Amino acid sequence: MTIDIKKSAKNLLTDTGVSRRSFVKGAAITTGAAIGSGAITGFPTIWAQNIKNVTLRQFGTGVSNINAVADKVKEDLGFTLQMTALDSDAVAQRAVTQPNSFDIADIEYWICKKVFPAGTMQPMDTTKLKNYDAISKLFITGKLTPDSEIAQGTAPHKVGFVEGPDSVDFASAPTQWMTLIPTIYNADTLGIRPDLIERPIDSWADLLDPAFKGKASILNIPSIGIMDAAMVCEAMGEVTYGDKGNMTQEEIDKTIAVMIDAKNAGQFRAFWKSFDESVNLMASGEVVIQSMWSPAVAAVRSKGIACKYQPLKEGYRAWGGGIGLAKHLSGLELEAAYEYIDWYLSGWVGAYLNRQGYYSAAPETAKKFMSEDEWGFWMEGKAAEGDILSPDGKVMEKAGAVRDGGSYEERMGSVACWNSVMDENKHMIRKWNEFVAA
Amino acid sequence: MASDTSKRSSYFLITPMAAIFAVFLVIPLLTIVIVSFWDYDEYRILPDFILENYSYLLGSSVTWSIYLNTLKYAALTWVFTLLIGFTVAYFLAFHVRSLTWQIVLFMLCTIPFWTSNIIRMISWIPFLGRNGLLNSALINMGIVDQPLEFLLFSDFAVVLADVHLYTLFMVVPIFNSMMRIDRSLIEAARDAGASGFETLKSVIVPLSKPGIAIGSIFVITVVMGDFITVRLMSGGQSASVGLQISNEIGLLQYPAAAASAVVLLITVLLIVTGLLRLVDIRKEL
Repeated sequence: MTIDIKKSAKNLLTDTGVSRRSFVKGAAITTGAAIGSGAITGFPTIWAQNIKNVTLRQFGTGVSNINAVADKVKEDLGFTLQMTALDSDAVAQRAVTQPNSFDIADIEYWICKKVFPAGTMQPMDTTKLKNYDAISKLFITGKLTPDSEIAQGTAPHKVGFVEGPDSVDFASAPTQWMTLIPTIYNADTLGIRPDLIERPIDSWADLLDPAFKGKASILNIPSIGIMDAAMVCEAMGEVTYGDKGNMTQEEIDKTIAVMIDAKNAGQFRAFWKSFDESVNLMASGEVVIQSMWSPAVAAVRSKGIACKYQPLKEGYRAWGGGIGLAKHLSGLELEAAYEYIDWYLSGWVGAYLNRQGYYSAAPETAKKFMSEDEWGFWMEGKAAEGDILSPDGKVMEKAGAVRDGGSYEERMGSVACWNSVMDENKHMIRKWNEFVAA
Repeated sequence: MASDTSKRSSYFLITPMAAIFAVFLVIPLLTIVIVSFWDYDEYRILPDFILENYSYLLGSSVTWSIYLNTLKYAALTWVFTLLIGFTVAYFLAFHVRSLTWQIVLFMLCTIPFWTSNIIRMISWIPFLGRNGLLNSALINMGIVDQPLEFLLFSDFAVVLADVHLYTLFMVVPIFNSMMRIDRSLIEAARDAGASGFETLKSVIVPLSKPGIAIGSIFVITVVMGDFITVRLMSGGQSASVGLQISNEIGLLQYPAAAASAVVLLITVLLIVTGLLRLVDIRKEL
């Protein structure tokens, strides 16, 4: 802080040749602003006046590019956050090939596994983050609770740390150098229409139950679809996997063979690729059981149609993203980026995400920004006492509703596998195309 | 000397056209051909000269089944659009006597084109669905007791949407050909004792051939390259060559997509060449 003010003072004096009087005035305003902002937000680390001129360019997938966050950054921290939403393939490509086009990368952990080694990003010094200790242990050790099992796939902690400030080698244990600060994550499972399915559903294998012939669907995004397919094949006992997140060619071939048989037997009504396709399939009753995303379930329910995000005994398929720093950041911009990341963990964003049905990386800080009823419904699996509202004020659940899958610990504690990119990616995509063309 | 000048001015006159073709057709095509020999990994395309894109494409049974599927859609769509298109054009050209009514009815055919292609296609989905209008109507009338599942997310749905979308491409050129047929030829046929069917077979169809060929080229090239109809109407469960290319682009596998595009281009050019061999469409132009 002092250094920056001195630097800016020096600039003021030498560059513009202002009088001592106006300098003193300027410094007083700066100090006043620092005190003022500090009192409002509780982040008085670098309140040089010129931080307001900083613009950080963040790009990432649409899910976490929330305009409300940029607005709140302007309000709380004073600088400008520009957000660009791209699809995940484009995000990955841009992070590698255009390293100067962004300051903050908002990427998923499986993308991080591929992108970070390219050397276009720099790790974060965790000692500079006041809220580091509030980050969920899931992202530090991979274990939500001391006795949970580490899930397969690209679990965030596996790519969460590197050996040193200039290293691109992922560390096997937590270090001082973190690649990404987790932003949004969730646990995915099958969505069902409880009004059209008579028996209880409790396993991924139910997706291929002939009882639902012509009424099932799976998502047609190869890297995620293959995971759902693997969960199904494993639950059926058809295939055993060393690591579902990094299958061998043989495991991929076997999985696809099972899926092709099911497809040819007429199991699937359709495949979906976009969020609204999955909503329409479910809402129209064309499909009664399918892989689904949490907000899609909420969208079906908001039409007054029963839809359940069914917890399954084999566990969830989880995904998560985080924000990291571009290699080229330095000086004031780097300080601002740290400020932003620390702020991200400080609770306001966390509460916002929790209210959308995702999870915050630092649950304890988010709690302070949520009502007791909200916290109970979203995080503790308790019945809602009043109506549960989305961040923009729409009623998401009526009083008395209970979240499917229960509490944070129950849901994130039973993750079987994280989204990942496999070494045999090319082979997998070719086999997946065979499945679609079969 | 004089012929030299006219030669030079001809070259000068074709320059703008040639330049436009070079910039917007030849160079992009060459780029696609070049990239189709490059290598790629998850996030980059790597300049190289490899045949792997082609050897995998041509050696894979998936490619063959996708081409077979695409050709099936193209053939079925062609047959139905031709039958419907010919009938409509025949009616407009020979049964509607007044020019005003011909224009009015012809405009009527184009009204669906005032809305977007995709909207016209998507409107079929709630109509044909399991709980859609058609199934509800059939069940209420007691014609079937179970909803007909084959109506949506099936080959039937794909061909239906294609026929619906592209029949006009067949109507217009055939109608155009028919309007050029000298009416005295038909009178002559009748005077010579030909029945209506014989006139159709020996006079109208042969003279409409250029229109049929042009319509066929439109329909076949559009269906061969289509991806969105196949994706939406088959519920993502069928593949077409266009869909394969679109998937490859989505996964940043540009060289593989380029190789597929080159193979598709050659296939379509072969089909068009075949059609042009059968019919001399220059007569039309």
